[in-house]
Amino acid sequence: MTDVPQVKHHGSDMFEGYPVDTANTAGDQAVTNYTINFGPQHPAAHGVLRMVMELDGEIIERVDPHVGLLHRGTEKLIEYKTYLQALPYFDRLDYCSPLGMEHSYVLAIEKLLDLEVPDRAQYLRVLFAELTRICNHMLNIGSHVMDVGAMTPNLWVFELREDCLNFFERASGARMHSAYFRPGGVHQDVPERLLYDIGEWCEKRLPKLFGDAMSLVIDNRIFKQRNVDIATVSKEDALAWGFSGPMIRGSGIAWDLRKSQPYDAYAQMEFDIPVGTRGDCYDRFMVRVQEVYQSARIILQCLRDMPTGPIASLDRKVVPPKRGEMKQSMESLIHHFKLYTEGFHVPAGEVYVATESPKGEFGVYLVSDGTNKPYRCKIRPTAFSHLQAMDFMCKGHMLADTTAIIGAIDVVFGECDR
Amino acid sequence: MAHPAPLVAPQPTLAAALKALLGADLLAHDFAADEDSITVDRAAVAGVMIALRDNLEYQQLMEIAGVDYPDRAERFEVVYHLLSVTKNHRLRVRVSTDEATPVPTIVPVWPNAGWLEREVFDMYGVLFAGNPDLRRILTDYGFQGHPQRKDFPLTGYTELRYSEEDKRVVYEPVKLAQDFRNFDFLSPWEGADYVLPGDEKAGGTGEAPGKGAPTPMTSKEVKAADDKAKAPPPPTPKTTESPAQTGAGAKVNKAAAKTSREGAKATTRAKAKTPATKKAEATAKTKIPAKPRAPRKPKTGGDA
Repeated sequence: MTDVPQVKHHGSDMFEGYPVDTANTAGDQAVTNYTINFGPQHPAAHGVLRMVMELDGEIIERVDPHVGLLHRGTEKLIEYKTYLQALPYFDRLDYCSPLGMEHSYVLAIEKLLDLEVPDRAQYLRVLFAELTRICNHMLNIGSHVMDVGAMTPNLWVFELREDCLNFFERASGARMHSAYFRPGGVHQDVPERLLYDIGEWCEKRLPKLFGDAMSLVIDNRIFKQRNVDIATVSKEDALAWGFSGPMIRGSGIAWDLRKSQPYDAYAQMEFDIPVGTRGDCYDRFMVRVQEVYQSARIILQCLRDMPTGPIASLDRKVVPPKRGEMKQSMESLIHHFKLYTEGFHVPAGEVYVATESPKGEFGVYLVSDGTNKPYRCKIRPTAFSHLQAMDFMCKGHMLADTTAIIGAIDVVFGECDR
Repeated sequence: MAHPAPLVAPQPTLAAALKALLGADLLAHDFAADEDSITVDRAAVAGVMIALRDNLEYQQLMEIAGVDYPDRAERFEVVYHLLSVTKNHRLRVRVSTDEATPVPTIVPVWPNAGWLEREVFDMYGVLFAGNPDLRRILTDYGFQGHPQRKDFPLTGYTELRYSEEDKRVVYEPVKLAQDFRNFDFLSPWEGADYVLPGDEKAGGTGEAPGKGAPTPMTSKEVKAADDKAKAPPPPTPKTTESPAQTGAGAKVNKAAAKTSREGAKATTRAKAKTPATKKAEATAKTKIPAKPRAPRKPKTGGDA
């Protein structure tokens, strides 16, 4: 018998305590499973994700994602705040698409109050929700291509993301944590010039810069090798694992809450739902690329059809008066004081309101007991169900595919861990 | 229905279908705020879920939420949110339990229930019988207690910091520099339906206690009323848009040129130039005139 070179285990004492399979498998080589930590500090983990991975060589056998490293107790905090004070917490959930998070929350409150929202406010919300979608997809598309090795497109699409953030700043005063959507409408009207600039940006700069950046990626051989047929999810699996958003559309199910359960002014919008054909990482990526163009379409329709009028409900028992008004009218002063200290009371009841956030179905289950604070506010994050499927999506793939799979999930831990 | 929340068409036949399908397991069915919710028997929840998925086309489990009602006999409510992508409908399924009684798991029905049940267990301590992996999920490794329970304080019991002496993160009991401030806005007077003495004719306030803010009119009605009540616009302000309106011109210049002494012309006598004035003149010529500042815009109504 000849000497068979044994596979040397590097630093085997590092893995002490983990079960090691000592039986020989392939040929006469001793191949042993070993366990590694992916994260919590890993540039491709998109935040603080720790994944305990059991590997057979470079093949992934089992993945156990550990989440919660960014848990801040948002739901508990919300129970101690008035409805309006709780709003900025939503910006901080998915900090890549803050307005998408606010959207579900304000709609839930409005549903409980049965509050009418003026048309202009609805159009403004749709406009900024779609701008948020573009902003979010820029980040995700950029980081996804960077995770699989391309540097340039990331820098280009970050230019566009920066433009979006500047628009948010001009509308609300804050680049990221805008707190712009309020129960009853939006916080303040936008300058006319901003609407003009957004329109021009959607018509000229976005298609050009984004088209250029994507022309480097979508037919690129390396990019395809890293993404096509990676983590294929069938329609049945996508339904069973509670997928939503680009993840379920990538698997070929044309399910979009903006279309099927329209909220705000989405019923008046005309847009298409892109779907994938194979359900792999490449399809999810391409769904997002197409959604950017559809979002630009919706924005242009909003700009075209936006009526003039009030930007928030005129119900003075919910929407506080503006400061200028407050300084002239005693009645406004009283309302201002009451609404910013005690806040408004919401009738007892419970609602589950889900909107199509850029990452998927973002739901808010709001239980009210008739007081000025939510009794319970359960947040349904998109990433929770998607990350849970990491194990079945990664099984049998190479270690290097993990970054592509996480990139295609589009996970942000502010939202996943709450 | 005035609110702009997601539109879901009601299912008029759902109540009968649920009753026929679930039988005695269905404890209650209510329709509020355009949403269907049912309460089912705890022991039968797994079977109910299979029936809902296979017979009523609720393909997706979107969410499992725990809610704590400490004054109830069974204090916890586990709330499942189902979605049907074919019928385009949502259904809420409620099950109640307490600290000790486990709820049957639904992991075999929907695999994504695993983490959702783990979260309810972590946050409320509700046990799920049959869940293959009932570990904590969101809280820290080695955390004690269930933070979403109503009797768990907002500040928690421990805090952690990096200790320079020990060169590691240490856990310590929470020390607050200032007590947590919780304002009680629930006035016992608000919404109380009592009649003030001498006000018997007017009757009570008519408000139910705990009622939320009323929405009396639609925004169009309010706006129309506002417009009606608005004062008439002020008269056109005096403006000077053409040179003729400025009051300047040859006639005025002529009148202005006259001095108080009738007919006498004002004479300007050239001053003798000293070296100092010459220097001052030279520097004044080379100096670039300062750009006039844009007039300050008046502040319009600032934000709240």
